[in-house]
This record gives sequence, C-alpha cells and structure tokens, in this order.
Amino acid sequence: MAVETGQSVTKAAGTPGARGRGHRTDHKTPKTPGRLRRALATHWYAWSMVAPVVIVIGVIIGYPLGRGVWLSFTDADEANVERTIGVNHIPATYEYVGLDNYRAILGDGLFWDRLGWTVLWTVSCVALSFAIGLALAVMLNRAFKGRTLYRTALILPWAVPAFVSVFTWRLLFNERSGLFNELLTGAGLGRISWLNDPAWAKISVITVNVWVGVPFMLIALLGGLQSIPAELYEAAEMDGASPWQRFRHITLPGLRSVSSTVILLSTIWTFNMFPVIFLLTRGGPGDATEILVTYAYRLSFVISPRDYSTSAAWGVLILLLLALVTAAYRRALRKQGDTW
Amino acid sequence: MRRGIAATALFAAVAMTASACGGGDNGGSGTDAGGTELSGTVTFWDTSNEAEKATYQALAEGFEKEHPKVDVKYVNVPFGEANAKFKNAAGGNSGAPDVMRTEVAWVADFASIGYLAPLDGTPALDDGSDHLPQAAASTRYEGKTYAVPQVIDTLALFYNKELLTKAGVEVPGSVAELKTAAAEITEKTGATGLYLRGDDPYWFLPYLYGEGGDLVDEKNKTVTVDDEAGVRAYRVIKDLVDSKAAITDASDGWNNMQNAFKSGKVAMMVNGPWAIEDVKAGARFKDAGNLGVAPVPAGSAGQGSPQGGWNLSVYAGSKNLDASYAFVKYMSSAKVQQQTTEKLSLLPTRTSVYEVPSVADNEMVKFFKPAVDKAVERPWIAEGNALFEPIRLQMANVLSGETSPDEAAANTGDAYRKLLKDYK
Repeated sequence: MAVETGQSVTKAAGTPGARGRGHRTDHKTPKTPGRLRRALATHWYAWSMVAPVVIVIGVIIGYPLGRGVWLSFTDADEANVERTIGVNHIPATYEYVGLDNYRAILGDGLFWDRLGWTVLWTVSCVALSFAIGLALAVMLNRAFKGRTLYRTALILPWAVPAFVSVFTWRLLFNERSGLFNELLTGAGLGRISWLNDPAWAKISVITVNVWVGVPFMLIALLGGLQSIPAELYEAAEMDGASPWQRFRHITLPGLRSVSSTVILLSTIWTFNMFPVIFLLTRGGPGDATEILVTYAYRLSFVISPRDYSTSAAWGVLILLLLALVTAAYRRALRKQGDTW
Repeated sequence: MRRGIAATALFAAVAMTASACGGGDNGGSGTDAGGTELSGTVTFWDTSNEAEKATYQALAEGFEKEHPKVDVKYVNVPFGEANAKFKNAAGGNSGAPDVMRTEVAWVADFASIGYLAPLDGTPALDDGSDHLPQAAASTRYEGKTYAVPQVIDTLALFYNKELLTKAGVEVPGSVAELKTAAAEITEKTGATGLYLRGDDPYWFLPYLYGEGGDLVDEKNKTVTVDDEAGVRAYRVIKDLVDSKAAITDASDGWNNMQNAFKSGKVAMMVNGPWAIEDVKAGARFKDAGNLGVAPVPAGSAGQGSPQGGWNLSVYAGSKNLDASYAFVKYMSSAKVQQQTTEKLSLLPTRTSVYEVPSVADNEMVKFFKPAVDKAVERPWIAEGNALFEPIRLQMANVLSGETSPDEAAANTGDAYRKLLKDYK
C-alpha cells in the first residue's frame, strides 16, 4: 500500500525525474485515477476492515432512520401499511404527502405547548442535577471517614433500574397511601395531590428525574475534580484566596471540559427521558407532563389506528431540535476557547 | 436522540416489512375435514384480572382434557397492556397468540386492520343464535363475524351496606341523591361517599348517558359528545369531586378505587361484575352479604350505563387455526360459561345458560342481567376504542380545574371529528 501511495504521489506531482525521462505522452491525463479511485486504492485495506461496522451501523441505524424520515413524508398509519397476516395480504395504500405532516404539526398549538414544557423540563432538570451533582462532588472530593460508603450510596440511584426507582417514587407520591402524604398528615399538614395536580405533577417528575440524574453528574464531576492539580489550590491559599474565590477561579475552570460534556449529554438525555415521565404519570394528569417523545410514543403506540407518519415527523423534529441545540452549544463553547 | 426516532422508525419498518412467513404451512398441526384428532399448541392470551385469572387458567387448560394432543399455553396479559401488546405482535408478525380474549370495542379495531380471522362458517361460531343479540352485535364488523361472545357486563353502583346503614341513608338512585347521601356518610362515618374513576374514560359513560348524551350518532354520522349533555356530564363529575362527595385520582385509579372501597374508606363505587371477586377478598367484605349492588346513579335524563364485555377472537396469522376454532368453541360453550358464572359471578352471553339453576340463583346475575338488558350499546366501529383517549385527556383536565366543562366537551368533539373523517 505504502509503495503504491508513493508512486501515485510521484506521478501526480509530476516530479522532475519523470519529466526528465521525457515521457510526455498524451494519455497521461486519462490514466490519472480520480479522487475516489485514488482514495480507494490508498485506503482499501482500511475500508475493508471497517466495512462490517459500516454495514451493521447502516442497517441498524441508517435504515430505520431513513425509513423514519421517509415515513414522515407520507400518510402511513396502521391501517394502510403493507402486511401479511396468515392468509390475509394487505397491500400498502399510503401515499407521499410531502411536508403536510410537518405543516400540520407546526401549525398546531399542541406542538408548541409540548415544546415549551419539554424545554422547561430539560432546563430545570439539567440545572438542578448539575448543581446538586457538583455540590456533592466537591464535598466528596476531600478525605473524610466513610467516604467510600457515601460514594457508593450516592451512586445507587444510577445502579437501580429506572423502572424500579420510578415505581418506588410512584408509591411514595400516591395521594392516598403514599409515604409523603402520610408524613404531611402526620405533621398536621394537608395532603398534596402529587400526581393529580398539574403543577405538582410537574414538580414531581422533575424531582424524580433529578434524583435519577445526579449520580451521573456526581461521578463525572468527581473525576474532573480529581484531575485538578492540588498545587493550584495550595498556591491560591498562600495568596490568600477565599474558598469561594478558589471555587470560582480554580474549580470551575478546571472542570470546564468535563462539565461542558456532561451538560450536553444530560440535555440530550433529559429532552428524550421517556421512562421517568411515562412510568410516573403517563404524561398526565391530562397531558400536563407530556414531553415531545412521550407524545410521539402516544401517536405511534397508543392511539388507534397507530399514526406512524405523524409520529415519525415528531421524531424528525425532535432530532432536528437536538441537532440544532448541539451545534449551537458547541459553537458557543468554541468561541470561548474550548477545544472540545 | 437517535434512539427515539430509531425505535419509532424501527417499529414502523418491522411492521411494514412484515415477512410472508406467517401463513403457509400448518406446522404439522390442525386437522383435515375427515375429523382426525386436533394437535399442536394453542396460545391463549387472557386479560382477566388478578382475582379471576386462576379460574380462567383452569378453564382454559380443561380443553386439553377434551383434546389430549393439544397443548394450551395460557398467558395472562394485564388488561391495560393487552391491546398494545397484541398490536405489536400481530403487526410485527411474531409472538401473537392464536386466541385472545378481546374487549368488545377492540374487535372492530383489530378486524379493520386485518388482524383477526373471520369466523363465519367455522366451528368456532357454535350455535350462534343462543348468544344474546347485543353481545353478538359487538362481534361483527362490516358484515363478517370476527369474534365469539364470552362474557357480557355493564357498570353498576357497588355499595357498602354497613356504612350506608350506619349513616342512615338509602341507596342513592340519582346524582343528586348521591350528593346528599355522601354528605351524611362523611358526617356519620368519616368515610367518603363515592370513588370516581377520573383516569378511565369508560367510567365517564354513565354520567354522559345519564344526561341523555352519547359519544357519536352512528346512524346519522354525527359527533354528539359535545352537545349540551356532554357539557353537563363533565360538570357533574367536576361537581361531585369539588363538593367532596367523591374522591378521584389521575393515575392508578383501579388500585386506589379497589383499596378505598375494600377497606371501607369510601362507601360506594361504580364498577362492573369483574370487580366482584376482588371486592370479596377485601377486609370489609369477608361477609359477602355486606356488598350491595344497585343501578348506576341517574343523571338529569335517566339511568344509563355502557354495555361491555369480552369476546374471543382468533388471530388471522395463527398457525393452528383448526385447534384455535375448537378452543374458542370450547371457551364460549354453555358449560364453560356456566362455570365462569359459578366461580366468578360473571355474566354468560348464552341465553340457555341463564336457565341453569346455579346461574339463575346467583345474586349478582340476578342484579346484573336486567341491568345488561338495559345497557347502552356502544358504536361498534373501527374507531370505537379510539374514542376513549380524548375523554381521558379532558376528564383529567376538568377534574384538575385546567379546563372548563364547556371547553372540555368542545375539545372532545374536535378530537372526534379529526378521528372520524366522514362524521359531522
């Protein structure tokens, strides 16, 4: 391979040696391989090595993604897609409808309502879990007795399967028999309709998601903290910097690369956090806690006939929104001199 | 972010590329017309609740005694998940059961998408004229029969006799009486009057019918849910909760209702025969005589409750159609229906079974049979089941005070017109 590369470069560059031999033939130009051919010739070995991965990814991600995008331009639903069931063969009768689905979604207040709550949900969840995670990480970063025990305990929410913890929370929130209301009534206070009142239901889902999200923040930030050299703190202390000044000017900048990554990841996850909402409130009461993905799920799995095309269009819109947010975020970071 | 879309798309893709391997071979099972013995496996999805499922499993497996070469695979699928689970399996062409216990409103829905095998002329439809006509009505879609009735039911008012006596009130016959009775009950016993299902649209129907309304007018192709009666119905449920005559929940309604009633925290609830077995297990109902059943409270236009029940349907892609037909015939037979009533107090769909003494003497049957005869038939259209979702949404919004009853009725109507393209 290396030899070939050398030759082709020499030819293409038209080295003095080649000119010296006087081969000024006319068919030199047509013989020069195209860019693609050259790249293939150069890297055929690498390509053949990654081919299986590319094919697998293409099949399991590319194909469904492409199919989903295509569906969003049609009026496909459960009743008009092609299927064969036993002796019944039902042909596909759905049609290409262009941007109709998108027009209908964007022209409907429902989408904007859901988007508003989804943004509020994402921002509050990420902000709270980041703040709490950072506070806990700073506390756990110093040496004290039983540190390992605390660390293990704080990672626990992450280790427990999401549905188990959400169901546990649901029991705690139960208006009639839940622990929270038992405590409140025990203290002589009134009951709270945790999951039955729209405002409280919103607070409840955010609480649970923060609880589920803190361990990830904690671990990532703890790792980041440990990579900040202790000398910086020592020097700052010598110069008489207050704890707050040390936190602001050493800890926060030192965590930048870690925190920018975890915030982005957490934003994407929270934006699409299906299980917490679905298992805790099913989007209720009414549709008060329904975020974009749970609504897309409703379209595709709950209503009848299942509306594949509108659901796919919601999916594409979610993808576009997140891509946009990611791009803007990275741009902002780069402007601030972050290499990530 | 990719996962969301990928899952949606993947599902759609699977549904669309449904392979052709579903039909074809009969898997070495079934019979030919000559009457050779049935063999193979019949997978049966049952949707009965916790208190009922052991009985159903025993009944289903009783089929193996009559057909020793057939293996019945009994699977209990919770009611709340059954519809989606069946659609996933049937649409994806893998994992669907041969026979499923299908809610009356699901039959037209499944049949319209091509998931069910037509049963006309098969052994499954055994002695069809014996079935109650209103039960049989729910099994037909566009002139074909897609299911066989198994159980029929309707909603009624369940009450705790002890609490009502203690409070010195009569069984309320109307919503107005219910409110005064509830106030008495709370004052004298500390219990709440009624548990109102705020999370399940099916429980909205008695209030809607009670005000003289209906979901749609199938004959005239008109949406009627947003008429004045619909507005009044939303107003009634809101008023019951606001006046503290009733408590409600936006989630977990079934469990909360059963627990509250069984433990005596509420004196009344609206429920169907399927709850009887579970109620009897409750602390306050060790003496089953404490359970009283009465017609649902009347609204301003009279008493009305929906006709419900369960049918048995056969999956069109079943590899063992002959055994499945025989299984349906067996499960809907007079003998099995009689046993279901004796063990679970569920109502048979065969007129002949009502003549059996053990059925005729059953307290619950004595009450529920006249109620079922008067129950309101629902529109047996493909969208019948889909009509519930908009009500679920609006009910919760009305009860939490987000939406006014007028708006809620209007929103429900709008959602219906979107769903039913040719309706006014």
